[in-house]
Amino acid sequence: MEKLLTWIDDRFPLTKVWEEHLSKYYAPKNFNFWYYFGILSMLMLVNQIVTGIFLTMHYKPDTGLAFASVEYIMRDVPWGWLIRYMHAVGSSMFFIVIYLHMFRGLMYGSHRKPRELVWLFGMLIFVALMAEAFMGYLLPWGNMSYWGAQVIISLFDAIPYIGPGLSEWVRGDFVVSDATLNRFFAFHVIALPLVLVALVFVHIVALHKVGSSNPDGIEIKKKKGPDGIPLDGIPFHPYYTVKDTVGVVVFLMVFSAILFFAPEMGGWFLEHDNFIPANILQTPTEIVPLWYFTPFYSILRAVTYPLFGVDAKVWGVVAMGASIVVLFLVPWLDRSQAKSIRYRGWIFKLALGIFVVSFFILGYLGTKPPTDLFKAMAQVCSVLYFAFFLLMPWYSTIDKTKPVPERVTP
Amino acid sequence: MSEEGVDRGKRRFLTALTSGVGAVGAVFVATPFVLSMTPSARARAAGAPVEVDISKLEPGLGITVEWRGKPVWIVKRTAPMLETLKTDTAKLADPESKREQQPAYAKNETRSIKPDILVLVGICTHLGCAPSKKFDIGAASGMGDNWPGGFFCPCHGSKFDLAGRVYKDVPAPTNLEVPPHHYLSDTRIILGVDETQGAA
Repeated sequence: MEKLLTWIDDRFPLTKVWEEHLSKYYAPKNFNFWYYFGILSMLMLVNQIVTGIFLTMHYKPDTGLAFASVEYIMRDVPWGWLIRYMHAVGSSMFFIVIYLHMFRGLMYGSHRKPRELVWLFGMLIFVALMAEAFMGYLLPWGNMSYWGAQVIISLFDAIPYIGPGLSEWVRGDFVVSDATLNRFFAFHVIALPLVLVALVFVHIVALHKVGSSNPDGIEIKKKKGPDGIPLDGIPFHPYYTVKDTVGVVVFLMVFSAILFFAPEMGGWFLEHDNFIPANILQTPTEIVPLWYFTPFYSILRAVTYPLFGVDAKVWGVVAMGASIVVLFLVPWLDRSQAKSIRYRGWIFKLALGIFVVSFFILGYLGTKPPTDLFKAMAQVCSVLYFAFFLLMPWYSTIDKTKPVPERVTP
Repeated sequence: MSEEGVDRGKRRFLTALTSGVGAVGAVFVATPFVLSMTPSARARAAGAPVEVDISKLEPGLGITVEWRGKPVWIVKRTAPMLETLKTDTAKLADPESKREQQPAYAKNETRSIKPDILVLVGICTHLGCAPSKKFDIGAASGMGDNWPGGFFCPCHGSKFDLAGRVYKDVPAPTNLEVPPHHYLSDTRIILGVDETQGAA
């Protein structure tokens, strides 16, 4: 065995990679509950890829066959219903763990220097994931699939000059059609998954270069023992592999409970209107994206005033784009002395609280028709959403911080 | 390797030149891939102009035809219906059709070539829902006592008059679109082509 390992190590850095990323990767010893969501995101990525491969064995990307092929998977393919529900519930669970993972970053300042690139790669993963989910949603060719794609692609029309040509190029037709379905299938099953896997790889390479942050937001590499190992670090394997296994098991219990007892989640994970085949002459009474897009969809709809002679619709698209772009800038907007919420003052805690509440309200409003009251609420919450980021350079400077300890706290 | 006697200027020049030529090549290679995603010949053929016979169209009624996968309404308006277009223009967001939602030849009070024949794309300019025809006047339409007749989108409540002009304070930003069209004869309309420009 020893000889085989030497033989491999002479030709491939197996032991080196194992040690660098697992057995001698020293992670802070004070990881808490919030540090499960990175590994859970990876678990969901694997789940989506594996279930996706098996779904493509039966799915037909053709407007005449797509809807029926999904029903065929649900009824006639042995265990097809389970694989399809794992994929559909998996996409919602993927977004849940990704949102919690991102919130952890905001809360403990995981994006701060020297982890800016970790955050940027993570944000690119988020954007790629949204594109992946949007394109996947068209594939069942239900009525909401069709009209959702129609509405979102027509947003490109709002771009001056190149807009109409661009949306035609994206659709490959004058309306969402067979050409659109076929190319979304190609992007969904091969192009974007490759991008996602590559981005996850560089996300982790960047993380392991700088080392993991922790709930105290201090650099464990600053205090090393005589052996050069951080005093507050423990090897990822076996300590965190074992701990994460517990997290994975608990998560899978929740996942299975949803999978077996509420796979549609009352219309939140699989919308009712998507059990009707796409009909180009009949719009659903209310076109609503899935829950993970609704906060951004709300921001899009909240802009109802034309400005500088440009349509409100254009500003809506700009605002929605900006709501994503602003997330990329967080490492540079945050100027606080302390990274972690534990040592930051009341202003940041309040700001983060308001941000989370307005994000939830936006998410809820995105699923409702925009009545006057709801429209006004969405506008207020959109302002609060942007205020959290754009005022951050100011309030993070004046906010009083507590002294940050030298070593991690138990 | 010895760096002696290396002409750095020449090396930089050759490196830049090779990269530049490579970049131009990359653009050429990318072109067919990018263009392959534009509407195919088949999609363009399906988007070809559509001819419609309106000889059997009764005054006060409309028909719906499909053009490029979109519903297109052709409505023959009566004299009283045309009369409503002149009143209450203060309620409209763009009564003079200043926004480019119609070809130049339909930029008039009735938004049509012939005053009575209205040709509209039946897709709400808000989020692409399908509005319904509400031609009855007043309470009979279910749209309130003052309704002069028009179109109503059930999705988000956008209202349009009998020329497809949008009301103020509704979600739809612009008037309904008038597609390019012209008359082949008195009773035959062709959709998708202007009289002068050819296929749109």
